[in-house]
Amino acid sequence: MLYALKIAARYLTASKAQTALLVLGVAVGVFIFIFMSALIGGLAEFILSRTVGDISHITIEAETADPAILIEPQGQILAVVERGRVRTASLSDADTWLPLINGVSGVIAVSPQINGAGFLTRGAQVSQVSVAGVEPGRESAILNLDGYMVDGVARLGAGLVVLGQTLADDLSLSVGQTVRLQSSRGVNAVLTVSGIFQTGNGGMDQARAFVSLSTARTLFAMPQGVTRIEIKLRDLNAADATAMRIRALTGLDAVPWTDGAGQLMEALNAQAQTGYFLKTFALITIVIGVASALLLSTYRRRPEIGIMRAMGAGRGFVVFVFVTQGALIGMMGGLSGAALGYLALLPFPTRDAFRAGTLPLDITQGSYSLAIGLTVIGAILASILPARSAARVDPVTAIGQ
Amino acid sequence: MSALLVAQNLVKTFGTGEAATRVLRGLSLTLEAGEMAALLGPSGSGKSTLLTILGTLMKPSSGQYTMLGQDLIAANDKALTAFRNRHIGFVFQFHNLLPDFTALENVIFPTAVREGRETAAARARGRDLLVRMGLADRINFPTAKLSGGQKQRVAVARALMNGPELVLADEPTGNLDRVSAMRVMELVAQINREEGTTFLISTHDEKIANLCRRQIVVGDGVVTG
Repeated sequence: MLYALKIAARYLTASKAQTALLVLGVAVGVFIFIFMSALIGGLAEFILSRTVGDISHITIEAETADPAILIEPQGQILAVVERGRVRTASLSDADTWLPLINGVSGVIAVSPQINGAGFLTRGAQVSQVSVAGVEPGRESAILNLDGYMVDGVARLGAGLVVLGQTLADDLSLSVGQTVRLQSSRGVNAVLTVSGIFQTGNGGMDQARAFVSLSTARTLFAMPQGVTRIEIKLRDLNAADATAMRIRALTGLDAVPWTDGAGQLMEALNAQAQTGYFLKTFALITIVIGVASALLLSTYRRRPEIGIMRAMGAGRGFVVFVFVTQGALIGMMGGLSGAALGYLALLPFPTRDAFRAGTLPLDITQGSYSLAIGLTVIGAILASILPARSAARVDPVTAIGQ
Repeated sequence: MSALLVAQNLVKTFGTGEAATRVLRGLSLTLEAGEMAALLGPSGSGKSTLLTILGTLMKPSSGQYTMLGQDLIAANDKALTAFRNRHIGFVFQFHNLLPDFTALENVIFPTAVREGRETAAARARGRDLLVRMGLADRINFPTAKLSGGQKQRVAVARALMNGPELVLADEPTGNLDRVSAMRVMELVAQINREEGTTFLISTHDEKIANLCRRQIVVGDGVVTG
């Protein structure tokens, strides 16, 4: 079939302008496919990074234990059991699990925390806050606190607190000033503001106070254990599978971020579906373009096909010549379109540098191989009809044309 | 000489019903191996239809046709294609070369299509044939740059490429000037003499017909002389 390949290549090079236009048309289709892949993928990446990039991908929270019911051996007792409200639930064996969780594939950070509620008081000003006690040195393990600092540093230690910008403004606080924090357990502590952050998330900036884990132990009277373990993954899309692995490994109730993110997932799916439609239309355009051009070529070359058949070329040979033309057009168009797409995406910022207001085009999500592969397959499929039409050419009629 | 091909009671009807046209009406013909025969007859007498059937490009409506002992009526398209490639060469009135290929590429086409590639042996034979046709300086010329006579000589070389037992020529000189026509016919006669290839040449030209040792006259769908 090497000879059929030569004939196919010769037919394409014989009409250089026509072939160039055809390849350009295919390349534009592939370019659109790649551009849409990069845009949809980049957009999804951008939305996810803005919404769940700074939250825990898997969370393990202490379960509040129900008190035991004691039933008399004789007779029956109807009892209404109310969950305990005095003690804070804790993961008392957290230290045992942490090394195991750290070793799970895909886990990049683990942050044991003690969380609770409290009040920040400065003079007559009082603000309700959500207190997060994290280990010093792991301030940015889950939320990129370092990246959001607008004043001071994200350094936690004994007697230090890091506050959101809105909260600091409400209490007229600046770095270096002190503030009183009263926990929900009634424990008071006087803390010095070591840093102020602004994430852009209203709730976080207005009501979150970060303290060290040891400070949180004192505030919430929890000498051991933690209330929550937050886990960050390399690939946030692997949260479901990784949470399942952690559950199997530790027996703890590891909850992926996707639980309770139904609306976000629906929106992302809808966006992905839109992308699929657009890419499918691009492929259909390619297939129609190749099929119509090859049909035209088949009609134009009918006399030659007739001669070939008269000289002993079988129908299979003729089919192969035209299918090969389709494959070559698909390959050339696919490669050119992929190269064009890549070059066009180069000037855009990388996924790590996406900023609000810029088009989030992710060059790594161009689906280049898929685009080339589908284009070649599409072009081959598109050429089957013209090829079969060519193979059915009656040599006597064709030669007489 | 032995019979190369035997055609008996060939009938060919085009169309159906009232529009049916019977072009061959029970034509019978035998060609001996090594013959050089002219096929004569007025336009519409069935010469081209007969050549098409003998070339296995078309099947008759009825009748028998055997060549080299093979029944070519019963054979399927694949078998006929292979048979045609191996045993029959064609020369058409309008040369019918592949326009995007050189003279040599056109000549070696029948061998290359059978073998799936252009072999060195095929190229060598193709060159020899072109040299023999007086086209030594046109071997790698695009066919579009050749004159009418040169194109027809390339077509003859192509017809001979696979060493066929039979070459069917339909008005091979009909589109050429007298000098070119005689040049082509001299080459055909030389090959017939030297290689024993059988030629059946359809022509209106008596001078061309006179170069052939046998004249077959077709009229009204049958051989009349």
